[in-house]
Amino acid sequence: MAEPLLSVKDLKVSFRTEDGLVRAVDGISFTVHEGEVVGIVGESGSGKSVTMMSVMRLITDPNVIYEGSIVYKGRDLMGVSRDAMREVRGEEIAMIFQDPMTSLNPVYTVGWQIEEQLNEHYDLQKGQARRRAIELLTQVGIPKPEQRIDDYPHQFSGGMRQRVMIALALSCNPDLLIADEPTTALDVTIQAQILELIKNLKRDFGSAVALITHDLGVVADIADRILVMYAGRIVEEGNKEQIFYDPQHPYTWGLLGSIARLDRPRARRLTAIAGQPPSLINRPQGCSFRPRCPQAFDRCRREDPQLTAKVGDGHLDACHLSVEDKRARRDATINPELAETA
Amino acid sequence: MLTFVVRRLVGLVAVLLVLSVLVFLIFFATPGIDPARRMAGRNPSQQTIAQIRHEFGLDRSLPVQYVLMMKHLFVTRDLISYGSQTKVIPEITSAAPVTFSLVIGAAVLWVVFSILVGLAAAVLRGTVLDPILMILALIGISVPVFWLGEVVNLFTQSRWHGFFLFSWVPPLGYTPLTQNPLKWFEGLVFPWLTLSVLYVGFYARVLRANLIETENEDYIRTARAKGISERRVLLRHNLRTSMITFVSLFGLDLGVLIGGGALLTEVVFGLPGVGQLTYTSLSGLDLPVILATVIYGAFFITIASALVDLLYAWLDPRVRPA
Amino acid sequence: MAVFEPEAEGIVLDAEETGGDIVGRSPWALAGRRLLRNRISLAALALFLLIVIVSFGAPIYAHDIAHTDPFASNVTGTITLNGKTVDVIQQGTGPLGLGETPIGPTWTFRYLLGSDNQGRDVAARVLYGGRASLIIGLSSAGLACLLALLFALVAGFFGGLIDTVISRLMDLIWAFPVYLLAISLATVLLTSAHGLNLGLFTLSASSLWIPLLIIGLIYVPYVYRPIRGQVLSLREKEFVEAAIAQGAGSFRLIFREILPNVLSTVIVLLPLMIATTILTESALSYLSIGVQAPQASWGTIIQDGQALLYTRPWVAIAPGIMIVLTVLALNVFGDGLRDALDPRSKVRTK
Repeated sequence: MAEPLLSVKDLKVSFRTEDGLVRAVDGISFTVHEGEVVGIVGESGSGKSVTMMSVMRLITDPNVIYEGSIVYKGRDLMGVSRDAMREVRGEEIAMIFQDPMTSLNPVYTVGWQIEEQLNEHYDLQKGQARRRAIELLTQVGIPKPEQRIDDYPHQFSGGMRQRVMIALALSCNPDLLIADEPTTALDVTIQAQILELIKNLKRDFGSAVALITHDLGVVADIADRILVMYAGRIVEEGNKEQIFYDPQHPYTWGLLGSIARLDRPRARRLTAIAGQPPSLINRPQGCSFRPRCPQAFDRCRREDPQLTAKVGDGHLDACHLSVEDKRARRDATINPELAETA
Repeated sequence: MLTFVVRRLVGLVAVLLVLSVLVFLIFFATPGIDPARRMAGRNPSQQTIAQIRHEFGLDRSLPVQYVLMMKHLFVTRDLISYGSQTKVIPEITSAAPVTFSLVIGAAVLWVVFSILVGLAAAVLRGTVLDPILMILALIGISVPVFWLGEVVNLFTQSRWHGFFLFSWVPPLGYTPLTQNPLKWFEGLVFPWLTLSVLYVGFYARVLRANLIETENEDYIRTARAKGISERRVLLRHNLRTSMITFVSLFGLDLGVLIGGGALLTEVVFGLPGVGQLTYTSLSGLDLPVILATVIYGAFFITIASALVDLLYAWLDPRVRPA
Repeated sequence: MAVFEPEAEGIVLDAEETGGDIVGRSPWALAGRRLLRNRISLAALALFLLIVIVSFGAPIYAHDIAHTDPFASNVTGTITLNGKTVDVIQQGTGPLGLGETPIGPTWTFRYLLGSDNQGRDVAARVLYGGRASLIIGLSSAGLACLLALLFALVAGFFGGLIDTVISRLMDLIWAFPVYLLAISLATVLLTSAHGLNLGLFTLSASSLWIPLLIIGLIYVPYVYRPIRGQVLSLREKEFVEAAIAQGAGSFRLIFREILPNVLSTVIVLLPLMIATTILTESALSYLSIGVQAPQASWGTIIQDGQALLYTRPWVAIAPGIMIVLTVLALNVFGDGLRDALDPRSKVRTK
């Protein structure tokens, strides 16, 4: 396989707080290849956002501590200078955020903000930046871009604003686009449009995408590979088919069970995962998911499961259960009707 | 735009009306006070008192009195101060340049310094300089301006007057710009510094608080994600939005000061501005002058408030009418 | 194939499993904890309290320590200094020896800071002045906050006509620049021949009530605005709806649901208001329309000291220093209080 675009090894991100050291990311490793779409799924506090913010070195909290390496195109981003990092940001790795209303500066026009980025990274003639900005707005599907370019963010609807953000992010042809919950703040109908847009643009621009979300349904269509994160660690990793059709980790089952699906035989209650995520300050011994896991047994209390491939190539999970036990228990969780009738 | 201006003009007139009526009532209608006696000045003869009573309709109803006084002020423009026996309007027009000189000079100083200090404190956050700057700012707003003026005078006029540093300070008072620019300037340096101390303290804190709050906004994070330099993020994104509050507060304060709010500074430094005039007229119960200064002051305050609204819309596109 | 039994049917969360106690703390307790950790704020509070105690101990100081009467004119008096008998008011110290000059600081307990031109002990007067200034400052700030709170709760909660009337009234008061309103009211009330006659009782011109009431009144709109804004937004919040659904009546809603939430705003405003009222009172007294003789306040003493500024500067300087210390302490504490109740700082921890 070709050299990966992004290679994260054993990343640990911790924060010093009044109450102790918060381990937001506790040793994760993954790769993103060129043109690939990786979905990073987890609930609030799982560390998914912190991971990607660390890739961009956007964390401004002075109490943060990093460990591990983040290698992008052969360079460890943890060690580069501030100026070098600035060049990477926007030009090679770009990011779009959750709430487009607050993510765009309200006092500057949309065109000004796009042009600012272009001018920062390229040496452009007068008018070139503006033309390029109009081009970008067209590409993301904003009608009448020559007029809208001089509008302010508050004059756009939520979905349109997110398109502007995408235009901004793609303006310098980044090789990696990080999308942090890009659809969470939008209506469901708009969600589909935005995801479709990202898919198309990925194809047109050839960038890799890291899509962060708490909703497995969002990545179902677009992702090539999926990472499931819990309490700062990856608990399962695999390609789309593996995760959706042969999930190995009880947490993934919980996530799948909590999605409404059209292929269910009849309406039934969605499974919720009981309990709360664990404290990131004092990790309990053993598996961190154990307190909420209906399948937990005594080994789970004693031993921390490692993320290993048990069932197939490229499909890793961190659970002590054997593959057969998993498959048996899994159906009971996700599709109890099927299990009953089996 | 036109509706805005018209609405503001109507508002201005309304405010002037209301304030002048209120002031009128306070000074004319409070029991136990005889307006005619006071307006007649020192040791008045019975005849003078009677004359005043007639001229101002004090033997008639209050509304009539009010109207008559307004007429003397605006229409016939011969309203006379009973304290100094001179016409009121020229008194104000000669006091206005003094106040302008004081306030505008101080304003330039305090805007420049508060932006510098506020920026510095926000940028240096986490180091020891931030708390030091903020303590200085706190001291600035904790010092009574009249006392500070006294202390300044003590040193510049008396104790250290001999040293070269302060020997050029002229005695307390005002020299018009047209008469002697250098003396005008020298006489205003310390009043400027004294008046701005309070405001630098206040505005530096406001700006710093705004900068810190804006720092957490999502669009700052986006700006960084775009790969923009820290300095540009600070100035073009953070400061630009933080200045909105700064500017609106500034406009209002400026309006109040020009309208006569700097009276303590003027009194302490012997500057015959509108503030001092307001004070002497109020304490001397010189009603014609009081009314005139109140109207003058209210005028500027209302204009300032309207200008601030305009400025705010210019700075923050979100509040512009669609 | 191993047969395993899951450990428990339900999910049981053990304290040790989740990694520590989940202890609920009320927001007030959390705020209190943060405040207690802020040593500078506590030091400021201590300084303020010290000034209050010392000022209220003025009679003790004057009577038992300095043995002077700060209100009685002592123009012909003498004191013993270094064994010699010295006139309190002496021959002029100017080049021509004209006029009279009060004695300067003796740095002993009698006439510690010297005398003013009435022969009175400046240090003792500064303490008494502190008492007056603090009484007015604390009371008027408390009054303004209390009135503003009441008005804001009523106006914000009931809305409609009540809100319009009260808010217009507040706008009216606030339309007057503070200095103008204060000076107008003060002048008028003080010149009325017999002080303020309220029918039932009269306040003499030298009563501390007049400046107290004036200053308390003029700052009501300032506190009113933010509280009313908060009441308005709280009114729409879900917990109010929930309480109404439970059948709560208006008064219960106001006092048990809304009031506790606006209380933190008032608490944060209080030290800042006290600082403001102290400064305002001193300005008014300096202009001779605040506290009146025979009472003294820091502002009046600064005014007394103006004539003596170049010869006996301590008379004017000492009360000013007291004002700065008091107001600074209040401001520092107020800042700490605000940080404790609404922390958003990201400062480096240990």
